[in-house]
Amino acid sequence: MYGLGTLLILLTMGYVFGRIAERRHYRSIIRREAAFQRIPVFATRHLPVDLEPDVRTTLVIGSTVISVDYFKRFMAALRMLVGGRMKSYESLIDRARREAVLRVQDQARRKGAKSVFNIKFETASISKGAKNTVGSVEVLAYGTAVIPQHCTTE
Amino acid sequence: MLMTNLESVPGRRIVRHMGLVQGSTVRAKNVGRDIMAGLKNLVGGELKGYTELLQEARQEAMDRLAQQAEAIGANAVLNVRFTTSSVAQGAAELLAYGTAVELD
Repeated sequence: MYGLGTLLILLTMGYVFGRIAERRHYRSIIRREAAFQRIPVFATRHLPVDLEPDVRTTLVIGSTVISVDYFKRFMAALRMLVGGRMKSYESLIDRARREAVLRVQDQARRKGAKSVFNIKFETASISKGAKNTVGSVEVLAYGTAVIPQHCTTE
Repeated sequence: MLMTNLESVPGRRIVRHMGLVQGSTVRAKNVGRDIMAGLKNLVGGELKGYTELLQEARQEAMDRLAQQAEAIGANAVLNVRFTTSSVAQGAAELLAYGTAVELD
């Protein structure tokens, strides 16, 4: 009985705080994505020919480690039994990936770049929770920032 | 040391290819950060301690990559890639690798 009470408290805390945190994070992501639209990110491997000789390039990296809350982890464990789409992890990784791209763009902006090419993603699960459930994931994004040569660093 | 994950550097010509260079590091998380992370695991959200830890580790892997490239006389590393793998509970290996070249 006591154990069940603790579980319920943990689940409620996870649900309430996790939800608030996720909403706040999504709002912040959407706001910053709009602000960073002037630094487009491309997945192409080659620079457009017309922009080439007059630029400098540099590697930019953005990463984030993000953790899922107790409630979602619990729901995911239930989902494991029946299989199917795991919405709680989808939003977790979506947030982490968008955050990583934003950090790439932020670094590019600070170096005075106008665009980022050849963006690559990598996802690694950092700590495994109980029964091999995902505890937290790291998402890394990296690419090559293109800096117009006459432009100085801000 | 010029690093890029493109296959060329705009306006520069590759004079010599010098093969694969790599740098890696294995890091374990520490207890203090782990306690904070344990709390965060309850409510979800970013684990800033881990983010920083991995950023430092990745920087070190890149430094080693640069060192190795410098040792063989290269002045740039092209097509840089990163990978992360967890080798044991609570420890991660970060690897950076690329092609060392000499640019004119």
